[in-house]
Amino acid sequence: MVILQAVIDGILVGGFYALMACGLTLVFGVMDIVNFAQGILVVLGAYLSYALYSHLRIDPFLSLPVTIPVMFLIGVAVYWTMIKPIKQDRVIMSLLTMFAVGTIIEGVLDLIFTSNLVQIQTSYETSSVRVGSLIFPNVYLYAFAMSAVLLGGLYFLLYRTRFGRSLRASMQNTTAARLVGINTDWVAAFTLGIGVGLAAAGGMVFGLTNSFDAASSYDLISRLLAIVIFGGFGSLSGALIASVLMLVIEDVVAVVWSPTWGQTTFYIVLVIILLLRPQGLLGRKAVRAQ
Amino acid sequence: MGLAGAAVVALAAAGCGSGSPSNSSNSKSPVSVGISVSLSGDFSGDGLATKQGYETWAAFQNAHGGILGRNITLDFLSDGSSPTQVVTNYQKLITVDHVDFVAGPYSTLLTKPASVIANRYGYVMIEGIGGGPSVFQQGLRNVFDVSASATYQLITFAKWLAATHKPVSVAYASMTDPFLQPMLDGARSYLTSHGFSTAVYKLYPLETTDYTAIASAIAATKAQVVVLGTMPPDGYAFIQDFIQDKYSPQVLIEASGPDQGSSFVKAVGSANTGGIMVPNTWFPGSTYYQNASMVSLYLKMFGGTANNISADVAEAFATGQVLTQAVDHLKSTSNSALEAYLHSGVTFQSVQGPVKFASDGENESATPFVFQWQNGTLQDVLPTGVASPKPVLAVKPAWGAGA
Repeated sequence: MVILQAVIDGILVGGFYALMACGLTLVFGVMDIVNFAQGILVVLGAYLSYALYSHLRIDPFLSLPVTIPVMFLIGVAVYWTMIKPIKQDRVIMSLLTMFAVGTIIEGVLDLIFTSNLVQIQTSYETSSVRVGSLIFPNVYLYAFAMSAVLLGGLYFLLYRTRFGRSLRASMQNTTAARLVGINTDWVAAFTLGIGVGLAAAGGMVFGLTNSFDAASSYDLISRLLAIVIFGGFGSLSGALIASVLMLVIEDVVAVVWSPTWGQTTFYIVLVIILLLRPQGLLGRKAVRAQ
Repeated sequence: MGLAGAAVVALAAAGCGSGSPSNSSNSKSPVSVGISVSLSGDFSGDGLATKQGYETWAAFQNAHGGILGRNITLDFLSDGSSPTQVVTNYQKLITVDHVDFVAGPYSTLLTKPASVIANRYGYVMIEGIGGGPSVFQQGLRNVFDVSASATYQLITFAKWLAATHKPVSVAYASMTDPFLQPMLDGARSYLTSHGFSTAVYKLYPLETTDYTAIASAIAATKAQVVVLGTMPPDGYAFIQDFIQDKYSPQVLIEASGPDQGSSFVKAVGSANTGGIMVPNTWFPGSTYYQNASMVSLYLKMFGGTANNISADVAEAFATGQVLTQAVDHLKSTSNSALEAYLHSGVTFQSVQGPVKFASDGENESATPFVFQWQNGTLQDVLPTGVASPKPVLAVKPAWGAGA
């Protein structure tokens, strides 16, 4: 029963990790850059929800219609002001630019909120549903449902809309996409906006389930990168599977053996997967075949 | 080479010296103390409190004649909680900034490499927040910890539990931190020798961000005593997860987290704090040496309330106090003389109580306290017979019932 509980915990927590990781993998798919700022953008999303809740008493889930558009605009603005102007070595310079963006955001957050840990405290934060001897924390249930809705929406956007076709075309071949009349700059800007917008949702859940400060981003980005590498850079479904697998492996190993070996076991699995499939579980080639 | 050239070489040589500690004092120049602090990264919360503690000490001491009649200036460098950066920082403080003294950073993880650098350049490192066994097992003679060392931090709690409760099974979990894990092991060793069995013993890495599975594993044991080697934010997360799991142990002690004042209350909810215990080397109402002055000055400088002052502040302040007393006694800024004096068996006074260094640098006079949240306030409860402790709540109120 303890193992089953660990599997449930892993699936529920993995759901919102997928949300955070999808933004990272989407940006890579379209722009070929690793958004090193994704961790701090998640924390920024957490702080936005925290500020709206602590000052205006807006429930974190209800604040998403505000925080997601705000973060979307931040992503678009970052693209037009910092990524687009780069003329040479764009991939490498973009890496450094996003690292700089992350550092700036961390500094600003430290100035505004200090380095004291904060947490979004709601009435449902500590409540749970018990089914037999299994525990389902309400906050994780809500977060899982929200993740399913948002990821479903993202899937619809990518595979059922004209913009989605443009985005996938840009992922497959940017030059060819330009030749057929797709404005790849706007596609890239919107993609970064979507990626950052997803960070707002992931950050909200992170802020509900963890005490955090700006420095929390370091642990987050390392885990998100591991998820994206495991799932395959550019693959949304890969990120989803990898998120859940990562958390389930860690949680099961933690309860049957030791938490110290939880992450190690995950990384051993990651290395084995990469040896067998260097592009990750559902890496770019698989995605382009979809 | 002309006279001007010789002067330039001489000046350059002076500027690029080895960084050897000064043996003489210039009565007009300030005494500089170099410290690496963690203003970002995993220890940023405690790092800020540590910095504030040193700043409070310097402000207090400067208002009372400084050291040797000279003002104290603090030279802070931020290390991002990184053991690599802390090494660079102390090298810069010593060889570039030429500080007179160095004081310890936050955590055993950072104190260990920092003390090696200080030793390499002949500097004494007095510190208050790096008491893990590995710090004292390096064989260095320049490290002096003014606080209680790790292994004994929970000993007061363990003795109380063994004296007042029948042996039961105890659940343990700790971050794999060189200070926290020995704390847990020290308590476990004592309790095991007194008949308490181990329900579960879990170690988790620093990078852990999800504690639900570990909390569930502890909850599944239904252990009535839980001892956690935590730091924020995991100390907060465990409590939230226990509440979600509807698991309320009768006795719960965390190495760190409950001592973080309002941050802790905000994170776990004021109704859930009752009965939770935390060891500490200090509390605001202590009558120890200069404590009231420190508290009042801290509040003047940084605001807040006395109960919200982190123990890190006192640990940093105590470090400064011992440095002050020793240097004033020696009437010299010589680090070698300071090291010999600190090893001489003399007892110093601090806001945390008496300080007397054993041969390995541990404070053999330290008396760790235990605090417990009662009615929304963190009260000193153990050891009995010291100061004026409140009675211990032997059974923690159920979640939501113990404001």
